[in-house]
Amino acid sequence: METFLTIELGTWMFLVIGAVFSGYAILDGFDLGAGTIHLFLKKEESRRIALNAIGPVWDGNEVWLVIGGGTLFAGFPKVYATLLSSFYIPFILFLVLLILRAIAIEFRSKEPMLWWRKLWDIVYSFSSTMIGFTLGVVLGNVVLGIAIDENMIYKGGLLDIFNPYALLTGLTVVALFALHGSVYLVMKTKDRLSDRLVNISKTAGMFFTICYVLLSIATLVYVPHAAEDFKETPILFGIPVVTLLLLLNERWLIEKKKYWLAFLSSATLTALLLVTIAIGLFPNILISNIDSAYSLTIDNSAASQKSLGIILTFVLIGAPLVLLYTLFLFRTFKGKVELDDMSY
Amino acid sequence: MDVEILSRLQFAFTIAFHYIYPPLSIGLGVALVVFEGMYLRTKDKHWEQLTRFWIRIFALIFGIGVATGIVMEFEFGTNWAAYSRYVGDIFGSALAAEGVFAFALESTFLGVLLFGWNKVSPRVHFFSTVMVTLGSMFSAIWIVVANSWQQTPAGFKVVGEGMTARAEITDFWAMVFNPSSVDRIMHVWIGAFLAGTFLVLSVHAYYILKDRFVEQSKKAFGVILVIATISALAQLVSGHGSANGVAVNQPAKLASFEGHYDSLAVADMYLFGWVDDATQKVTGVKVPKGLTFLIHQDFTTPVIGLNAFDKNDRPGLVNFVFQTYHLMIAIGMFLIGLTLLSLFLWWRGKLFNQRWLMILFSFSVLLPQIGNQVGWYSAEVGRQPWVVYGLLRTSDALSENVRAEQVLFSLILFTLLYAILFALFIYLLNKKIQHGLDFSGTETSKHEKNIKL
Repeated sequence: METFLTIELGTWMFLVIGAVFSGYAILDGFDLGAGTIHLFLKKEESRRIALNAIGPVWDGNEVWLVIGGGTLFAGFPKVYATLLSSFYIPFILFLVLLILRAIAIEFRSKEPMLWWRKLWDIVYSFSSTMIGFTLGVVLGNVVLGIAIDENMIYKGGLLDIFNPYALLTGLTVVALFALHGSVYLVMKTKDRLSDRLVNISKTAGMFFTICYVLLSIATLVYVPHAAEDFKETPILFGIPVVTLLLLLNERWLIEKKKYWLAFLSSATLTALLLVTIAIGLFPNILISNIDSAYSLTIDNSAASQKSLGIILTFVLIGAPLVLLYTLFLFRTFKGKVELDDMSY
Repeated sequence: MDVEILSRLQFAFTIAFHYIYPPLSIGLGVALVVFEGMYLRTKDKHWEQLTRFWIRIFALIFGIGVATGIVMEFEFGTNWAAYSRYVGDIFGSALAAEGVFAFALESTFLGVLLFGWNKVSPRVHFFSTVMVTLGSMFSAIWIVVANSWQQTPAGFKVVGEGMTARAEITDFWAMVFNPSSVDRIMHVWIGAFLAGTFLVLSVHAYYILKDRFVEQSKKAFGVILVIATISALAQLVSGHGSANGVAVNQPAKLASFEGHYDSLAVADMYLFGWVDDATQKVTGVKVPKGLTFLIHQDFTTPVIGLNAFDKNDRPGLVNFVFQTYHLMIAIGMFLIGLTLLSLFLWWRGKLFNQRWLMILFSFSVLLPQIGNQVGWYSAEVGRQPWVVYGLLRTSDALSENVRAEQVLFSLILFTLLYAILFALFIYLLNKKIQHGLDFSGTETSKHEKNIKL
């Protein structure tokens, strides 16, 4: 096994992919969340402002999904293949929803008719919400472990995927994104719209808190390997405590009108949720609930050492560039949204 | 129908639909760079109008390209899990490189290109336009590298057996520069230039016919016609290079292109024809010994025919490969004739009076599109029964757990979705074209103020 800074390349790859998906959740999370709360904004102008707040960035945010998919394929081909084929229907729905959402965003403001705009608003909000939900369901199943045999072939049925634990994870992700998205919109808007969004963010925050507490309890009860981790390393109990503190902190920052810091708080919450899951999984990636010997681990599912080295080199060169572009984009469009002739 | 047929249909359908858009984006990107560059140099209002008009069209096309492209990235895993495990080491790294180096560049600067006209200085905007165009061309490099590796695998070794066999990289650069990469990247790029330039030519020919925005349209038509002509000619050269490569690396595919069965015979080249796979006869108009001449530069050397391969190791749909290949070439030749004639008339100052030619150009947007599509059909169907030539059969590449009804479900879903998407695309494209280049009434932009200063 080759190493870099004393850590094995496979582990680096695991960290990189975790970071990319966290980046995706933080970035696309806020624009998906903005979609979830879209219908709670009643006035046409408010909806247009909300849509244009994500307008220049949502496409760039989805890039993180593309990079995540690409690095997973390259770094852990067996995980990529097994995960996507096992969750065939959920992933197909996910792709269909992504396209529907892109259609809704692009086409909603191209016609002035009320029915046209209302229709696309509903499609936009529904697809944004369901994308987060589907990802949450998949994530919940990954935490639980799935029925894969010794040949990495999925033996479960479609209904096994939609188990209560996974559904609860789905709801939690939707609530988290709604919170994250509403705080983003608060930051990008002014006056009465901004006040309205502050109220929405309060509701979303409460909804997330309830989901999170339920999910934490469910994890301890239904996910034995996670419960074991917590017993062995009691310091992990700090994670839910930090999460709840961050939630309180975010509320306080919104009251103080420090919206940028509040946005960072919910971004941290998002990352923390994924970090918690990654710690729980490590060094497994896809746990088999048929027999733990069939689980896909970092070691048994990574690409060749040579390939890992190449991809990690790409990341080392590419990541600073991607961060630079992203900062440039966000700087260009910083401040409150103003509608102009190129707006949605 | 079985899983293999359905999965192949689904992949073919989603990739063919997707492939309408990226070539248009690349070609249109080049046109945008030209228009905006001219605007920055001359400060001529017409070039600004052209730039802003085509940015709107570009936004529409690029958006659909991204949405349908994400589907492709995940479909390898959903429908072709065995393939993904087998090639992940190689194919995955090309896809990862595409995401990190190309897609991130284009999508980020796209935000500035579309929404930054009033936010950034004209130079920064122009820079963003160039970056988006370069990014989309880099994307094409990595995707074509990945596909070319499936045609002419190189720089790898096979590790393991049976279910656990997989190809591992031994030499990254040998993988990237596999025998067909460079030829095929050029061929794809030029095809994209043709797709984009002919969209521009088509719209401006339409305006000239309708007597709208005539001055702007004549300017745009002239400069884009030059690019289209160079591209059409270059495509002939690049196509010849590609075919020579196929002759060396994938003889069964080349034989299918011309319906050539007998390895002991010199090979003819058909202008058009019909292959009867049962009798192994081709009926049509041919240049005798033409293929032999193109490949070997003489009239006596035989060309490897389909019968040199076991029936299970060569393409089944020979006539399909033959027809799509010949249609591509016919379109390519027609575009060369059309652009050369138009360039001549333009030089003589007579081009825009030729009503019939303007009508022809209005519809000409379809030709490079059809050419690009059928070219890919012949390349991919001609590779069968292999998904990775000589290494992995398409029938061994499927997801083991996915059942026919699931694929049927997703295929129906994609068909419905893409039908809606396509209808909306045509509707909005038409609307933008009918609206035209006039965006007056919008406020004087910061951009214009900057330009004046």
